[in-house]
Amino acid sequence: MKPGRFAYHAPRELDEALALLKEHGDEAKVLAGGQSLMPMLNFRLAQIEHLIDINRLGGGLDAPRLDAGRIVIPALVRQRQVERSAEMARALPLLTSALKDVAHPQIRNRGTICGSLAHADPAAELPSVMTALDATFTIASADGVRTLGAADFFLFHLTTALEPEEILLEVAVDRLPDGTYSAFQEFATRHGDFALAAVAVTCGLDDAGAVTGCRVVAAGVAPTPQRLTAVEELATGRRLDEALLGEVAAAARDEVDPTSDIHASAMYRKRLTGVLVKRALADVGTQQEAAHA
Amino acid sequence: MPENRDGHRISVTVNGTVREEMVDDRLTLADFLRERLRLTGTHLGCEHGVCGACTVLVDGDAVRSCLMLAVQSDGARIETVESLAEDGRLNTLQEAFKRNHALQCGFCTSGFLMSVTAALREGPIGDEQRAREVLSGNICRCTGYTGLVKAVLEADAERKDTAR
Repeated sequence: MKPGRFAYHAPRELDEALALLKEHGDEAKVLAGGQSLMPMLNFRLAQIEHLIDINRLGGGLDAPRLDAGRIVIPALVRQRQVERSAEMARALPLLTSALKDVAHPQIRNRGTICGSLAHADPAAELPSVMTALDATFTIASADGVRTLGAADFFLFHLTTALEPEEILLEVAVDRLPDGTYSAFQEFATRHGDFALAAVAVTCGLDDAGAVTGCRVVAAGVAPTPQRLTAVEELATGRRLDEALLGEVAAAARDEVDPTSDIHASAMYRKRLTGVLVKRALADVGTQQEAAHA
Repeated sequence: MPENRDGHRISVTVNGTVREEMVDDRLTLADFLRERLRLTGTHLGCEHGVCGACTVLVDGDAVRSCLMLAVQSDGARIETVESLAEDGRLNTLQEAFKRNHALQCGFCTSGFLMSVTAALREGPIGDEQRAREVLSGNICRCTGYTGLVKAVLEADAERKDTAR
């Protein structure tokens, strides 16, 4: 189990990396944290001619930028770096909360936020988080820069809108406004495994405890992060009480159409999704109570 | 094939010693440590980042050495299990493993020791729940983890004693 032959490139400048990608495109892969690509290379599930290691790129790609309204996470920000940052926990608690369920510290020490998004495993946590946060994906190539929303970025199992000559340069999200809360819930057979199902929620609540608007996203139940729009519509305008929590659980169960595999049956995943949506929204309610206490 | 025939010159500090070596594009850090430097304490189990046997510290962080290329370690500081014993004697953590039967066949042990070393440096581990989290990134197929948890908690307590 060793990688097949490839030529290793370690460009120092982004322009150089993009030029290499333009030249080698289909025969190249971008190496960031390597926690998904290296296993595929070791198993020779992926065989490439050129490996373009972006870890030596300068230009501040390894530091999150926290502005008043917006948080930007460039390509070389490690998962562990975000997890350890008190500032990021205040700015984006949903991401910090989800990172605890992403594999293990040894993986998060190397793995990047953008790398997990570009890999787009259907059972991964971060794509659902970025969908719930309505993130903007900034994509660069030698020909220029374009931006996409999450719905247009994630296309299928392990498939994104990234073209072979493109790189995911950064992902950006708006800070949630006051009165908007977020929660992440996951169940995996063992902590650190991929989710059997996971749910990321952002939810605005008014002073009376009514839902002013929400985004509810499930992972592990579809080829891409799935927004549960029926659940969102059901909850909006309603008071977040026990009755509503029961209804959203049932609605979430009905809205997903997962597949069975060795880890869990489709029915189990449906029921699990309902439970996780209920727990996530209950968590949101608890957060509001705590904020008002 | 476009492999760079000459390889890449890297300079890497391994267990305190600077090593200058030529490495091929596709040589993993794990194979570099084991086969080039003959530091065979680092073990290779699954070779795809799941089992944790190959865990080493890179610039202080525990990482899977099977998922890094040797060329990527240029300029880095690597610590392997060979760095733990002090003057030929097991260190506190290794002693705790021995006392608590935290190993049977020993294949996974070096990875566990490096993961726990990194965790202990970060701060107190505290309770069993946290100890199990620290251990969760490594797989042992012999011990059933009871001894491992005890060893971690004991090493944690001793670390606090010496810090006092």
